[in-house]
Amino acid sequence: MKHKGKFGEFGGYYVPELLIPPLEDIEQAFYQYKDDKDFVAELSNLYADYAGRPTPLYFAERFSEYVGYNVYVKREDLLHGGAHKVNNTLGQCLLAKYMGKKKIIAETGAGQHGLATAMTGALLGMETKIFMGKIDVERQSVNVHKMRLCGAEVIPVAGGTGTLKDAINEALRYWTANVEDTFYVFGSVCGPHPFPTVVKHFQSPIGTEARAQCMEKLGKLPDMVTACVGGGSNSIGLFSAFVADESVRIVGVEPAGKGLATDQHAASLAAGRVGVFHGSKSYLLQDDEGQVHETECVSAGLDYPAVGPEHCHLKDSGRAEYVTVTDEQVLDAFETFTRTEGILPALESSHAIAHLIALKGKLAAETNVVLNLSGRGDKDVGIVETYRPLA
Amino acid sequence: MTTYKQIFEKLDSAALIPFFVIGDPNYDSSLKIVKSALDAGADILELGIPFSDPIADGPTIQKANIRARKSGMTVEKALAFIKEVTSHKPVPVGLLVYYNLIYQYGVERFMADFKAAGGTSVLVADVSIDDSEEIAGPAQKAGLETVFMVTPNTPDHRMASIASKTTGFVYTVSTMGVTGARTKLSDTVASLVERIKGVSEVPVCVGFGISSPEQARRVADAGADGVIVGSRIVQIIEDNADSVEDACAGVGQFIADVKSRLNG
Repeated sequence: MKHKGKFGEFGGYYVPELLIPPLEDIEQAFYQYKDDKDFVAELSNLYADYAGRPTPLYFAERFSEYVGYNVYVKREDLLHGGAHKVNNTLGQCLLAKYMGKKKIIAETGAGQHGLATAMTGALLGMETKIFMGKIDVERQSVNVHKMRLCGAEVIPVAGGTGTLKDAINEALRYWTANVEDTFYVFGSVCGPHPFPTVVKHFQSPIGTEARAQCMEKLGKLPDMVTACVGGGSNSIGLFSAFVADESVRIVGVEPAGKGLATDQHAASLAAGRVGVFHGSKSYLLQDDEGQVHETECVSAGLDYPAVGPEHCHLKDSGRAEYVTVTDEQVLDAFETFTRTEGILPALESSHAIAHLIALKGKLAAETNVVLNLSGRGDKDVGIVETYRPLA
Repeated sequence: MTTYKQIFEKLDSAALIPFFVIGDPNYDSSLKIVKSALDAGADILELGIPFSDPIADGPTIQKANIRARKSGMTVEKALAFIKEVTSHKPVPVGLLVYYNLIYQYGVERFMADFKAAGGTSVLVADVSIDDSEEIAGPAQKAGLETVFMVTPNTPDHRMASIASKTTGFVYTVSTMGVTGARTKLSDTVASLVERIKGVSEVPVCVGFGISSPEQARRVADAGADGVIVGSRIVQIIEDNADSVEDACAGVGQFIADVKSRLNG
């Protein structure tokens, strides 16, 4: 491998030997094509005409009135498929095509990455397999149906907790046996190098656009940018454009589930310890022995015991702050945002919204905050109904 | 303690190396089963400490990991287990472990404790030669051999590098994929063994997918110094989960059959 893929002490590629050559191939192809004129032109066209980039930066007036400061919303929920995930799948699947691969696999939690991969697989004519925890197949059945309609094979994973971590385990195992003709479209800025770097690159338009839109609308940088953090791809996409701007507060919001005092959460940065998992060194929820914890969170997309290595580095270096919100706060935020703006936010994004509500009364009225609305909440209506049935 | 070199030089045929998940299905039964394998003629042991997310393993060994963890197996207990095994018969013991377990224990402390328990070599499934300094230094300091994997898709330049960092034996993965018994042995085993022997004098042991005495013999005929059999043995334990006596008998008989085929 040309690069170590390290962010401070985090990252790397801790994988069985069988996976080193295919990861080297992806690394080599990524650096060969990421700035290649033809590749960039084709991807830019897909971003614009297929996915719907650039997404607007929308001033959420009524929600701003509610919290008492200015909230600008980066509308990744308006992308094709309803989430930021398509940025990454278009980039990686196009890379796979340039590498001559005809088959792709992916893992998914909430189904958004699976759906984006299935859509992109259909678009590019690639055979697609999606690994998904059995519990997530049940709680995200609409997305499963959509993936199948796109022609993807959805493989339910029963082992372990039946959630995202087990889907990744199984996808890695499948890839090990099929590296010759199959490209693994990793869904977040986790996993072994080069995935954290590749996924960040393909999600970076979120931040690049948001930064330019702030300069245009506000005439200056925002005071704060914020997004939810599970694996951390939408947040890194946003944060990446502001890391060098010392005046901009960077705040990631993790899922505290039923509370950090319980073991039913998925807040790796807040409550984890450094460990090695799924090919990467990062903060990890684990027991004293190093066995990986089960996680729990109202949002399937954040139900993961580790976090991207760059977030770990941003935390340890002090450049970014990471906070947590509980499931109850998230459900409140979902309702509040929907009622003030007429926009259903994904439960993942509702974590960041919940933190903005928690900051009510704590920020000056002239403060400008950019919130990344990573996805739309249509997929979560059933879950919300379960927790908060309408009278 | 007998070293790998001594074992390979002494044997007329390829060494038989059964793999067990420590504590499968529980500490006491696992100890009896492993002892029965030693009594039936196993030359070297390959032991795994159960982990929650064993990504290099197929369903059979994954289930063994779950059984062992459910029965309360821990890293400390695994080290005690190894001590009991090596007290029973002083064979070399290779350990196959996932990195996070020894990272949390403390790599140097782990290597020292494993050596003290009678261990011979360590293979960390998810640490490649590129990060070998994280384990090779502490292993050598503790007096342990290091084992790294070579796979069918390992390019030549990497193969030489892997061999140069390996002191025990090169663990050669016979086929693309995770662990698991397979009905057909890969046709590429012989050429893979030949490629490694062309760049290294370190002994070569072949594992992954070997499930019958005939397949073991074919691997030996391909020039391997040792044959590692895992999932087939773990399956015998699963099939006899209700009776440790039957599991011991089944494993013992299989070991004897493979040993006989390797010698014959």
